[in-house]
Amino acid sequence: MIQLLAFYLFATIVCLSGALTILSRNPVHSVLWLILAFFNAAGLMVLVGAEFIAMLLVIVYVGAVAVLFLFVVMMLDIDFTELRAGVMKYAAVGALLALALVAEIIVAVGAWSAGKLALGRRLAPVQDGVPNIEAIGQLLYTRYLFVFEGAGLVLLVAMIGAIVLTYRKRSDVRPQNVGRQNARRAKDATRNMNPAVGQGMDL
Amino acid sequence: MISLTHYLVVSAILFTMGVLGIFMNRKNLIVILMAIELILLSVNINFVAFSSFLNDLVGQVFAMFVLTVAAGEAAIGLAILVIYFRGRGTISVDDVNRMKG
Repeated sequence: MIQLLAFYLFATIVCLSGALTILSRNPVHSVLWLILAFFNAAGLMVLVGAEFIAMLLVIVYVGAVAVLFLFVVMMLDIDFTELRAGVMKYAAVGALLALALVAEIIVAVGAWSAGKLALGRRLAPVQDGVPNIEAIGQLLYTRYLFVFEGAGLVLLVAMIGAIVLTYRKRSDVRPQNVGRQNARRAKDATRNMNPAVGQGMDL
Repeated sequence: MISLTHYLVVSAILFTMGVLGIFMNRKNLIVILMAIELILLSVNINFVAFSSFLNDLVGQVFAMFVLTVAAGEAAIGLAILVIYFRGRGTISVDDVNRMKG
């Protein structure tokens, strides 16, 4: 009973915050609603016993992706009222498409429950008594090790790509040149002078 | 009791919301990226729900890879957004067709 109650609570908040994400006037509010949606989706996943994915969702999405969005939204100096101008123009087409999509998904779900598709063989059946994180870890580091490495490669490429895309050489600032600093020696930088009295000295 | 259909309905609503968001916010690239994140979230909910109700852990492993790709996509997308804004002073998607030719 309490499970069903929690499910409906999480599901309602997920759907509402998802709607407010795309409807908010201010993108900062959009990001905050997105964070709420992720938190409640994590709650939904905890309800069916997928703790690892739920925690991953909170750490990766709320901790990294949403903050990244927030940084970009606040960094760019954009007039957001102008960007809202065309919303109503596309709303009708979008609503039509959304309705078609919902109808298709309902048909698909109905066909799936009517078809009585049973999995002949489970690839990695859930064992009783093994915690979720341990089971996923054993699967990830044995059978899916190469796919896991591939995921790491995807993240590496994304990181390098983001740096390459946004890096620019600026000409209006004078950055520290570590090589030149290290190459500088005391004998090149200083001179011993013994000026005669009244002669002055040239620098 | 909670059934698989409950989860499928939530995920379908979230997915549709994401698609609607892409169509409605044609001018605002940031909200489009957020709508894509919503779509990927709904896919993840689907994976996890099926994995849990069919007693097969592979769905959760795959959800993790979807999460990885989503994180990479957000990073690259926002980087492209930043350089686009730097060169043009706006993030309106309607003007992107100027890039051709």
